[in-house]
Amino acid sequence: MLLITCPWCGPRAEIEFKYGGQAGVSCPSEPDAVDDAEWGRFLFFRDNPKGPFDERWVHSAGCRRWFTAVRDTVTHEFLQEER
Amino acid sequence: MSGSRLPAGGRIDRDRPLAFTFDGVPYAGYDGDTLASALLANGVDVVARGIYTGRPRGIMSAGSEEANAFVHVQWPRGWSEPMLRATQVDLEDALAARGEPGRGRLVDEPSRARFEKRYAHCDVLVVGGGPAGLAAALAAARSDARVILVDEQREPGGALLGARELIDDVPAIEWIDEVTRELRAARQVRLLTRATALAYHDHQYVLVAERPREPLVEGRLWHIRARQVVLATGAHERPIVFADNDRPGIMLASAARTYVNRYAVCPGRRAVVFTTNDSGLSAARDLADAGIEVVALVDARDGSTVTGTVGGECLEGALVDGQTVACDLLAVSGGWNPCVHLFSQSRGTLRYDNDLAAYVPDRPFQATYVAGAAAGSMGLAECLQDGARAGSRAAAAAGFGDGTAPPVPAVAVDGHRTGRVHPLWVVPSTTGSWDTHFVDLARDATVEDLRRATGAGLQSIEHIKRFTTIGTASDQGKTSWMNASAIAGALMGVADGATGLPTFRPPYSPANFALLAGRDRGDLHDPIRTTSIHPWHVAAGAVFENVGQWKRPRYYPRDNESMDQTVLRECAAARTGVAVMDASTLGKIDLQGPDTGEFLNRIYTNAFAKLPVGSCRYGVMCRLDGMVFDDGVTSRLEQDRFLMTTTTGNAAPVMEWLEEWLQTEWPDLRVRATSVTEQWSTIAVVGPQSREVLRALAPSLDVDAAAFPFMTWRSADVAGVRARVFRISFSGELAYEINVPTWYGQSVWEAVMAAGASLGITPYGTEALHVLRAEKGYPIIGQETDGSVTPQDLGMEWIVSKTKWFIGARSHRRADTRRDDRRQLVGLLPLDPDDLLPEGAQLVLDANQPVPMRMVGHVTSSYRSAALGRTFALALVNGGRALIDTVVYAPLGDRTIAATIANPVLYDPENRRRDG
Repeated sequence: MLLITCPWCGPRAEIEFKYGGQAGVSCPSEPDAVDDAEWGRFLFFRDNPKGPFDERWVHSAGCRRWFTAVRDTVTHEFLQEER
Repeated sequence: MSGSRLPAGGRIDRDRPLAFTFDGVPYAGYDGDTLASALLANGVDVVARGIYTGRPRGIMSAGSEEANAFVHVQWPRGWSEPMLRATQVDLEDALAARGEPGRGRLVDEPSRARFEKRYAHCDVLVVGGGPAGLAAALAAARSDARVILVDEQREPGGALLGARELIDDVPAIEWIDEVTRELRAARQVRLLTRATALAYHDHQYVLVAERPREPLVEGRLWHIRARQVVLATGAHERPIVFADNDRPGIMLASAARTYVNRYAVCPGRRAVVFTTNDSGLSAARDLADAGIEVVALVDARDGSTVTGTVGGECLEGALVDGQTVACDLLAVSGGWNPCVHLFSQSRGTLRYDNDLAAYVPDRPFQATYVAGAAAGSMGLAECLQDGARAGSRAAAAAGFGDGTAPPVPAVAVDGHRTGRVHPLWVVPSTTGSWDTHFVDLARDATVEDLRRATGAGLQSIEHIKRFTTIGTASDQGKTSWMNASAIAGALMGVADGATGLPTFRPPYSPANFALLAGRDRGDLHDPIRTTSIHPWHVAAGAVFENVGQWKRPRYYPRDNESMDQTVLRECAAARTGVAVMDASTLGKIDLQGPDTGEFLNRIYTNAFAKLPVGSCRYGVMCRLDGMVFDDGVTSRLEQDRFLMTTTTGNAAPVMEWLEEWLQTEWPDLRVRATSVTEQWSTIAVVGPQSREVLRALAPSLDVDAAAFPFMTWRSADVAGVRARVFRISFSGELAYEINVPTWYGQSVWEAVMAAGASLGITPYGTEALHVLRAEKGYPIIGQETDGSVTPQDLGMEWIVSKTKWFIGARSHRRADTRRDDRRQLVGLLPLDPDDLLPEGAQLVLDANQPVPMRMVGHVTSSYRSAALGRTFALALVNGGRALIDTVVYAPLGDRTIAATIANPVLYDPENRRRDG
């Protein structure tokens, strides 16, 4: 059970949060201008690094705010949490 | 029958005798005994049998490492537990136990015992209340840090309880009492005894199983989050493997010493002590002082060994360098293994220490300090120093004190030093046979098994563990892994320490499932949500079903009606008269703000921005991948205010979905979303006569079709309560959904029942609801869909805008979502109108093809219809819309049902009935 610092509420147990996957994945600005392969990459492909990873979390059982955090996927250390 | 009670001494209360039974025979013990010490005192040698060999087994330890004496305990308070270690069962009056052969039998009656959970936070958690743990807790507590000290025995002290050391020239027990008093008096310190740390998870999250001595509570599971953790978990003495090393009467030297000193029990009369280090010598001295005749001291460092044993049910002699020495107790010390289980679970690394001939903690992974024997410091003086240092450092790391260790008391006699440990793992067989050289007593696994494993070419200790099963019993190899690793290493010809240990995993000791569940059982397992009208449904004899956490009436049987009969009656009422249902569980989200229309335009596949105030519209929302996620009716209450409804089970996910987009993608949109599901009760009045009911209830409301048309809503007084009335329908019939504040739900419901009484108004449940909507071909999200279905697959192209952007729009233009042969929603009419297709049945085009057949779809819903006078179903079929009138087959194993594919709208396809 990780200890995650919600930038609004402070440190809370992982059970209060939901994971939102990789952060910073931007939707193509003109979805109709990209081909199926590129749209498919946006929809279905995510990074899976060993080490620091930008992630989205939502404090769903707390303030219900989304935030971005940098977590080391090897150590589970949270390097940074941002509003 | 060789064990006996000493006339004096021990930490037992001779004024409090306890009666208990073992294997049905009555015995007596004292408060302070464990079941194991009481059995030994009563001369019970054979406690259990080997799991596979059936060989007699006695008590081999005095703690959690016990690998022989497994017992089923019937507690005096009326519940029982299998597979406990007799060495860890604190004796109670009227306790009944029986031995178990390494395999328990689950108790099959529901447990009435109460278990609970506690959540705690602290600055420093100290695991282990021996000398190192006590010194650590004391040092941390004096810095004012919040400290929790947990220890698995009934009183703190650890190994000191079973020894005779002096600390500051007084018996160690007095020092323990003094420290314990100070800790108990400190407000920021919590001291838990009979509490075993089971698991060490990420970010210093430690699970502790407490067996409190309290009325009503049998167990308490602590979830402790610590800033810093001090592991002072001690060490386990390890056996030496030799022929017939499993007889009752053979035990760890420290255990024999503990029984003598702590419990005033002589485990035998004539002892042989077999050791590889100094701690065995200390044990021999304590045994001799207690009056046990130590007939041989076999020190492997001198080249002497015990090569085997003789005996019948019990030990009768040891083979010392080839000579038979008669004895009834063989105390063995093969050295000490630091108890690194929790350290390893926390992802700390281990290294092999040649002096100790054991693995010791190397690098911690979390905020962890290891102190005392757990760190490889076996002597008492080092344990105290180590503990004080670790405690003060941990406190400083948590922000308390400067990390300077307080001075520790002097130790005069130190019976825990090991000196040089001779690395002796196994005494070679004198006969060439290895199948009674037991490595894991709990698994009856021997050196022969290890020889077979390495002979088969296995090299990894993880593979060897699984091949031999060594260390897979409930004791998780506490006394077997080190020996197995070393012996396997020797068989493979590698150096000691090169083989490693298998991965330590939680729990450290077996945990009762009831403890893990705590009070989250039965009705408390998950929250139960009921509507304000629930008491009426109960009184009306409704049969309920669970929809998420909600209890919803499924049907309301009358007299001896079956479910099928009830549902047909309820459906007929809705289609021909008037029926009523409690729809309060539908998710309701109040959306406010000037950009709400634009927001809904992006969320739903169809347009909402221009929906007039007072109107309602059905909408479908998709995920980015274009698959249907939810549906429902959304109404415009005011220019900047909408009320969205969602499916019952999806209310929370939809709310989260809206918040996600508002917060992360469109923070510029001025929209606020609030869940109001609990604030409104919804009563659906359905059927051609529903207008008369509403007219009676709301005289001020013009209910004519022209004044109050389909897909609009009106504000009105209904039964004297301010209400919103929506003309929406999930059945195809004329229908009104009356929304009133939850507080008034039941009274308005009762008013509806009264107003409709003369018309025979009929309450109906979810089963009839499902039939009515299916007759109209309305899908239920989550039943007709499974996350791989687009609106187009459901035949709802009409609801997908071609002109605006919405979530999922681009994905609907992907080549895959445009395939003609996607699974499409169709109706099915069984050729035999009485045949009911099972939901989930797979469909094929040719029932006579060989197995495995080519499946072309599956049944999603299937019912008997009163309106159609027959059975029907909805199904997803590959390219189904082009196969109307084709016959498909559902092979069911013992029979096959044939059905014709039809348009999914089987009832009133022209929508003539919705105005009544």
